Amino acid sequence: MNSRIGYIAFNTFREAVRDRVLYNLIAFALLLSGAAILVGEISIDVERLVVVNLGLTAVSLFGVVIAIFIGIGLVSKEIDKRTLYTVLSRPVRRWEFVVGKFFGLTGTLVVNTFLMAVGVFLALLYVAHRFEKMDEWVLVALYFIVLQFLIVCALALFFSSFSTPLMSAVFTFALFVIGSLAEDLRGFARITQGVGGWIATAVAYLVPNFSALNVINQVAHGDAVSGRLILYNSVYALLYSAMAIAGAVLIFQHRNLK
Amino acid sequence: MAAIEILDLEKSYLVGFWRKRPKLALRPLRLTIEEGEVFGFLGPNGAGKTTTLKLLMGLVFPTAGSARILGSDMDDPRVKSQIGFLPEQPYFYDHLTAKELLNYYGQLSGVPAKGRSARVEQMLARVGLSNSGGMQLRKFSKGMLQRVGLAQAILHDPKVVFLDEPMSGLDPMGRREVRDLIQQLRSEGKTVFFSTHILSDAEALCDRVGIIHQGELRGVGAVAELTAQTRGKIEIIFYAQAQKVPAGLTSLGAEARLSGDMVNAVLPEERQDAALEVLRRDGLKLISLTPVRNSLEEYYIQKLRPTEGRKEEDRKGVGV
Repeated sequence: MNSRIGYIAFNTFREAVRDRVLYNLIAFALLLSGAAILVGEISIDVERLVVVNLGLTAVSLFGVVIAIFIGIGLVSKEIDKRTLYTVLSRPVRRWEFVVGKFFGLTGTLVVNTFLMAVGVFLALLYVAHRFEKMDEWVLVALYFIVLQFLIVCALALFFSSFSTPLMSAVFTFALFVIGSLAEDLRGFARITQGVGGWIATAVAYLVPNFSALNVINQVAHGDAVSGRLILYNSVYALLYSAMAIAGAVLIFQHRNLK
Repeated sequence: MAAIEILDLEKSYLVGFWRKRPKLALRPLRLTIEEGEVFGFLGPNGAGKTTTLKLLMGLVFPTAGSARILGSDMDDPRVKSQIGFLPEQPYFYDHLTAKELLNYYGQLSGVPAKGRSARVEQMLARVGLSNSGGMQLRKFSKGMLQRVGLAQAILHDPKVVFLDEPMSGLDPMGRREVRDLIQQLRSEGKTVFFSTHILSDAEALCDRVGIIHQGELRGVGAVAELTAQTRGKIEIIFYAQAQKVPAGLTSLGAEARLSGDMVNAVLPEERQDAALEVLRRDGLKLISLTPVRNSLEEYYIQKLRPTEGRKEEDRKGVGV
């Protein structure tokens, strides 16, 4: 990696940590330990299912909220506060700045997810008293959640490169919700005819397919995830986020700073 | 070699909500600053000083024209490692300490890891912040932030330093220190381009000044030459008698004022002998007689005054 991108990424990570972003882990830990104790007392035979479902959904939602609310401010906050002036007057290219910011935020989310994943496995151990072979699929679900974060971060960054933070948050969250229903949208497109069908197909394939990245229910039931899906989702998430980042760079490259 | 060559740099913005129309922020600007020169860019608020600096730093893009710094295009990243920039009222990452901030900027500017920490310490000492290096910037006062801003601008030992209102927010002691710093930069052979609206600073520091108003460069001149020009008047200072200005002097058309036990009188050069005769006749003791020289302030005001052709346009504001 270009060293300047690394420095910018590290500074973004450090800013997130010092702005107490990782404090969300406390809320997560409280939620999960409370749930584990409750589930342990009231459920019979489905403790694992409930803990995995609840734990991974919480990991995903906490991460998406962080990705959106930090992502939308990554560039616009630097423009508003004019901290960017003393960065871009150095030998830093604008694309390096955007990419560095992206890596900084995804790095923060990876660390956050890792710590939450530890919490999920501890809760699992608490309710099931041991790990099972099928628990390895929980790791795959966590990996897919991280892939979701990559796309959400990239989209937040893309929208914030030309829009206000509020509108960027609205756009990104709307795309997350629509993207979570992408498979249904594709199904709808298949049964729709004419111009409506074309539009539905275009929208269905244009929005990020978050539903393919959501295998929480599957792994909660102990079902395996195919290697093909892992490969497909990895390539898809990388390409989608790369395109969103490229869009953000293209816009930011020509933007006059106020 | 010219350190900075500004070649018809022009900037206009689109304004208005429904019917967007261009508003000229900077009329075509042509200016050359030589290496080792301290150049003051003077003008009232909103004159176009900051726009010019932002264009040179690549923070905004020109509508037309270009600029070269140290012989290379201003967008060339290699040039940027040779320049330092202090923005007006700088903001920094307030989650960092002063040391961390300077270290980060050092990394971005390509200051080698070996010796970077020592360089950071040295810069903090140079701006009088040795004891505050470990404090987070959110706890810094405005004046301290300005000092950090100066430190980051010269951290990587740049050849050309751009300072936007460097004295802003500083107390008299701080302003003195910044003036000393600019003098030091000059003695190190650096080129300094700084914007200000404080004329006494410019007069004390600059080799040349440029006056900008309403986005237009109204004049450029060497400070020494501008202030060396006499205005056909003399100033006579003498001890007064009975706290009065002699009537003979007033009849010569002198503008005189009493200050303590002294009189300060300004009158046309050709009446010098007659004035001295009045003093001799009244037995008054002369303290000094000096030709009245132009001040930078007079040059500045003269350049800001609208010319006939421009008056109408000035009334409407800059715009096309």
